[in-house]
Amino acid sequence: MTTTEVGAKAVRPPAAAGETARAGRARARRRLRYAPAIGAGVGMVVVWHLIVTGFEIPTYIAPSPWQVLVVFANQGDILWINFLPTLLEAVCGFALGNTIAVLLAVWFVHSGVAERAFYPIAVFINTIPIIAIAPILVLMLGNGYEPKIVIAALICFFPTLVNMVRGLKAVSPQMLELMRVLSANDREVLFKIRLQSSLPFLFAALKIASTTCVIGAIVGEWIGSNYGLGSLIIEATYNFRAPLLYATVILGAGLAVAFFVITSLVERHVLKWKPGEVF
Amino acid sequence: MTRAAAVASGCIEASPATAIAVRDLAVRFDGDAGSVTALDGVGFEVPEAGFVTMLGPSGCGKSTLLRAVADLVPISAGSINVFGRTPEQARRARDFAFVFQDATLLPWRSVIDNVRLPLEVGRRGGAVEQHAEPEELLALVGLEGRADALPHELSGGMRQRVSIARALVCRPRVLLMDEPFGALDEINRDKLNEELLRIWQETGTTIMFVTHSVPEAAFLGQKCLVLSAQPGRVREYVDISFTSPRALGMRDTLEFVQVTAHLRSLLELPR
Ligand SMILES: Nc1ncnc2c1ncn2[C@@H]1O[C@H](COP(=O)(O)OP(=O)(O)O)[C@@H](O)[C@H]1O
Ligand SMILES: [Mg+2]
Repeated sequence: MTTTEVGAKAVRPPAAAGETARAGRARARRRLRYAPAIGAGVGMVVVWHLIVTGFEIPTYIAPSPWQVLVVFANQGDILWINFLPTLLEAVCGFALGNTIAVLLAVWFVHSGVAERAFYPIAVFINTIPIIAIAPILVLMLGNGYEPKIVIAALICFFPTLVNMVRGLKAVSPQMLELMRVLSANDREVLFKIRLQSSLPFLFAALKIASTTCVIGAIVGEWIGSNYGLGSLIIEATYNFRAPLLYATVILGAGLAVAFFVITSLVERHVLKWKPGEVF
Repeated sequence: MTRAAAVASGCIEASPATAIAVRDLAVRFDGDAGSVTALDGVGFEVPEAGFVTMLGPSGCGKSTLLRAVADLVPISAGSINVFGRTPEQARRARDFAFVFQDATLLPWRSVIDNVRLPLEVGRRGGAVEQHAEPEELLALVGLEGRADALPHELSGGMRQRVSIARALVCRPRVLLMDEPFGALDEINRDKLNEELLRIWQETGTTIMFVTHSVPEAAFLGQKCLVLSAQPGRVREYVDISFTSPRALGMRDTLEFVQVTAHLRSLLELPR
């Protein structure tokens, strides 16, 4: 212990050259870490290509990777026009659902009555399949962006609510005693302690929500919509335009992955204080 | 070495130089499985600027006693007086600070921001009048240059130093410490013991210090409150004084060994 304390002081000013060399090695290690995932991905595309060409599967059943790539090149404008509404709905739904969930969680943690009254209702709403809620919302909210945003919000809402309630309550009792000795009030405990210690729980939920919000938006577009990746999926299916269908699906998945990566990067930045964390 | 008899509860009048007066204190916990009497008929006084250590078998109520003084545990009978105030008034007036066994730092705050925490909360609008400079406190506990470090970058000993600096930032009149060095290795503990003595002398703070280490209790305390278990009662309130100045080397002297032997004999006494 003493040696580490003394050592920590002694090691303080590291040579600048050593620092950059170490950073370079760390970068190389990070690249190597992603190598298996990249290799597996490329391998699967190759297998896909071999199966489709080897068994001479007709294009309308399953296109080859090359045909899908051609769609991206030639029908990029269709994809882009339909991509934007889905992006907007997913982002808005993500923001709306998570904000409401966080605010409700804060309320629940401060009011036992509110928690007992509304938590069961939240559970009940969560048990209704999102596919079943979608038509109801379309009837209520019409054909615009609103029902899709609400569906995306609904699908984000529950995991965040559950995690956030748990996170806000997962404060070490000792910290609460510290705050009591300091005569801190509830608001100070919330802003100085609870919110920060709930962040790891919140980000676990946000990472789930970052992919499900895209699913929510797409499902919303399945029902009575003539724009968005969801509607494009339906249209391409009915017209046997398999390459377009595949391109649309890949685009939707890419959007979800992008959201996930962004959320993870924000998490890594925000949770710097938590050692040994994140992806 | 002088040995004071145990203070019979309530029979000593509070003098102006008394920092903490505990009289006839009882603390009971009522649970589903019946009530547990943690403390019963405890009475003693801590002189202003004094250093009192508390020893006793585990579960005898040392923490409970300290927490009752800190208004963290309600008392069932008797009274506690901190500079003429009830524990609650003393807490609101920031008369005391508490140091826990684990440092209880906020992991998302830098060292210096952890030390500042007491200045940011609990004062509803009013500025914190008389406080120490956080930077100076870091120097006092030997952490200059680490102000911007995060808690997880520090060793256990350094974390506990931060929590002591945090405790001192409001210039408390009383420092309540519950086994603050219990989780540290011996070398670190020795070093922090010496530094705590120095800080105590420099600041003139009254200190109540719970420990389960007999040498630590003898080395630090001007007085040592020895408790017996189930229910917790005062076994003896021992005066500790040495002819030689308190330094780590002193722990091998005969007079020190005599004190620790006496404290040990008190702990080993049958109920
Ligand atoms: N919050 C509590 N609820 C019920 N019993 C408690 C509580 N805190 C302490 N006790 C009981 O009070 C007794 C004294 O505990 P404590 O003060 O922690 O002992 P020590 O610090 O001397 O080891 C123990 O029997 C313990 O089980
Ligand atoms: Mg204890």
